[in-house]
Amino acid sequence: MISLKINQKQYDVDVNPDMPLLWVLRDVLQMPGTKYGCGVASCGACTVHLNGDAVRSCVTKISRAANQEVVTIEGLSPNGDHPLQKAWLEADVPQCGYCQSGQIMSAAVLLREKPDPTDQDIDDAMNGNLCRCGTYLLIRKAIHLAADMQKQGAKI
Amino acid sequence: MSVINTKYGRRSFIKSSFLAGGGLMLGFNSLASLITEGRALETIPDEWFNINAYLKISSDGVFTIKAPHPEFGTDVRTSLPMMVAEELDVDWKKVVVEQADYKPSIYGRQYTGGSRGVMEKWVPLRTTGAAARQMLIKAAAKTWDVPEAEITTEGGVLYHKASGKSAKYEEMAARAAEIPVPEKVALKDPKDFKIIGTSRANVDLIKMVTGKAPYSSDINREGMLYAMVVIPPAFGMKLKSFDALSVKSMPGIKDVFSFKTYEDGYKRNMFDTNAFPELVAIVGNSTWEVLNAKNKLKVEWQPFTEQSFVMAGFRGEQTVVVPPGLESSSDHKAKMKDAADKPGRQMRKDGNPEEVFKNAAKVIERTYSAPFLPHYMMEPITSFAHYTDEGLFVAGPVQSPETTINTISSRIGLPPEKIHIELTRMGGGFGRHFHAHCLTEAAVISQKVKAPIKLQYTREDTTNMGSYRPACLAVYRAALDKDNNLIAFHVKAGGVPDNGLNANAFPAGAVDNYLAESFSIASNITSGWFRAPGDNFIGGVEQSFLDEIAEAAGKDPIEFRLELLKRSKEKPVGARADYDASRYAGVLELVREKSNWAANKKRGVAAYLCHRAYAAHVIDVVVKDNVSRVQSVFSAVDCGIVVNPDSATNMVEGNVVDAIGHAMYGELTFTKGKPDSSNLGKYRLIRMNEAPKNIEVHFVKNDIAPTGLGEGPYPSVFGALANALYKATGKRFYHQPFIKNSF
Ligand code: FES
Ligand code: FES
Repeated sequence: MISLKINQKQYDVDVNPDMPLLWVLRDVLQMPGTKYGCGVASCGACTVHLNGDAVRSCVTKISRAANQEVVTIEGLSPNGDHPLQKAWLEADVPQCGYCQSGQIMSAAVLLREKPDPTDQDIDDAMNGNLCRCGTYLLIRKAIHLAADMQKQGAKI
Repeated sequence: MSVINTKYGRRSFIKSSFLAGGGLMLGFNSLASLITEGRALETIPDEWFNINAYLKISSDGVFTIKAPHPEFGTDVRTSLPMMVAEELDVDWKKVVVEQADYKPSIYGRQYTGGSRGVMEKWVPLRTTGAAARQMLIKAAAKTWDVPEAEITTEGGVLYHKASGKSAKYEEMAARAAEIPVPEKVALKDPKDFKIIGTSRANVDLIKMVTGKAPYSSDINREGMLYAMVVIPPAFGMKLKSFDALSVKSMPGIKDVFSFKTYEDGYKRNMFDTNAFPELVAIVGNSTWEVLNAKNKLKVEWQPFTEQSFVMAGFRGEQTVVVPPGLESSSDHKAKMKDAADKPGRQMRKDGNPEEVFKNAAKVIERTYSAPFLPHYMMEPITSFAHYTDEGLFVAGPVQSPETTINTISSRIGLPPEKIHIELTRMGGGFGRHFHAHCLTEAAVISQKVKAPIKLQYTREDTTNMGSYRPACLAVYRAALDKDNNLIAFHVKAGGVPDNGLNANAFPAGAVDNYLAESFSIASNITSGWFRAPGDNFIGGVEQSFLDEIAEAAGKDPIEFRLELLKRSKEKPVGARADYDASRYAGVLELVREKSNWAANKKRGVAAYLCHRAYAAHVIDVVVKDNVSRVQSVFSAVDCGIVVNPDSATNMVEGNVVDAIGHAMYGELTFTKGKPDSSNLGKYRLIRMNEAPKNIEVHFVKNDIAPTGLGEGPYPSVFGALANALYKATGKRFYHQPFIKNSF
């Protein structure tokens, strides 16, 4: 049995300790928000937070996540109202949408580290997240929007 | 206002629409929309009234509109229902969109591709909305005992001004559902549109940003097993033998077997492109366990000798002969060069090009090429099937359910009526999912193991399975007279297997002496439709070549194109030109103005018509530390009426980014039949830091019926980029990917 803490909830799973977190989330715990894109840490579709860091769950063995804090897109905010999620709505970012949960999870760490990112910061931080549909400009715009929302929220 | 004859009364409609073969006007069927998808609404209404197959109205004023086409990212789930809502005259905030079941007898053709969704549904969907509104008006007129003509509507409310009476649509819905379908309905004048032409957010947005949008790979059913397939390692190979015992005892493994996707002697439909119709399936309890077994399975492969099968195509049935052998990209290049040196298949000839070339003052000849490209949909191929004695439920990425269902039906031995094909959201498509073999494969596996199964391709399988954009080559020649007039134009283009040259496209019709020839090279590497098929290569290279002609003639590249278009409009050459010269010129003029063309010298331009949308781009490139990067892009697009402007802009931006990426980096090469890269570790797709800093999109404003945008803006980006790179670096870019630029 491996004990997991995902989105503030406790789970015990009986799986091979080598199984990647991605497949535990998708197949065992039925949390399909985290996506499979490449399986080799090159597309970012599977990004989740492990103790606050953005990690590629496709190459993160479940044993590494045992008893650690995991956050997935399903748990990023209680009501889908994280500034990034709101900004994504406002900018109407997605096309097919498949990459977007990974994009948001990567952006969330960026915004925490750099509350007011420049275009260059965004390019650097988001470089590992592919969008085959090419929504990069809207992603950049939404991250700036979210940064603004965060700033305004802080002032209140 | 235009009056549309709905032609059909309610009773006869279903039969008639079927006979009309896709010319569906109304899609009325009071039974068709009884099942709700149980979508979370704030309050669940007590009663639903089925006004027609596209529309349900709840007793508390929720308007459920069906989205008929499968969605793979072009936002048809939003833009098509907008058309119904427009004519119905309701508040968009009260609209809930549901995916329609696959029922072409009711909804007409339901497929996604060819940028045709908005165009084909433009009249039928508005007619549906207008007819429903008409029925609500009739119901109110009857109830209030007033003439129909005195009733007006606004935002889902019926008004009779003279008596001061009003009623919400939902209050009249039950009565409206009893009213016969009107024979004729009036459609709005575009100037009265309130929803069409205004930006409406993607209806699945909230789900997408919270991880709740369901893709076919997200399907999960009680008792579901996981399957993967093992495919031959190289084109030209097939299964020889495998040792099931090598993995059967591994944890979580239930079954290992081989299967054929088509029965022997099967006549393939036009989208049954499939290099590997015999696979090994591994079935087990989780993706991970099955993947481990897949990596351990002992399999032997062998080269195949010649294979052939009968396949349907646009030009009827043909016998396809697949050559044996293990092909390499170097062979393809040599063969294409060879073919280009010989006379090709003549596709169009005007005047006397041979003679004119001989006597010209100046002749320019250039060769262009591009490699195979895999589609790289973000979602690797995944499908779901559940076979039971009652029938088959399948779901998966499918752009053409109509052909897919027939393939499955013939393989599984169930009539199409017993197959339910779910149109789930796809994580990209770009043409790849016309070839939806994965649904048949899943169905075969489910039938064999008697359980619901999810078939998951790895990224590597998704790449290696084929159906690529073909490798292409084109040789262009132009002849100028001593006054630098373009007097002859010659294109010879082909590919492995071909590249879809349209001989009647611009500049045909604008040059007195014109010759178009094609060639084709057989291969066992499969290819298929890829965003703007054919045009994605030809459009770009033709526009690069025109740039060189303009330069040789000492003319501004926009001016040069406008002169040719003027010629084609005023004194067309030949019987046929597949473009409207005025709309073509219109996008060039618009992009010239919006980009302030003369302000910068380091920029390139191109324009192209594709899938009925005209597009022109100006691209600015900057070179820093020897690396070229696109700084800005200005795009002008004429796709007629723009239904959903923000979404349309997103689509144009996506085309631009995608095309820049593929032009710069995209390349799949082969060594002895084996793709040289199957995953992103070695395959390069454009990333955020390589995307342009700015893209400015402008639409030509007109009242022409809309056409789609999934492909139209794509090809010209390749040309504008090559031309911009030339201006920025002094070097012409003839061979894709430009990052290598050598053939
Ligand atoms: S699936 Fe993990 S990075 Fe691509
Ligand atoms: S929206 Fe389709 S991959 Fe990003």
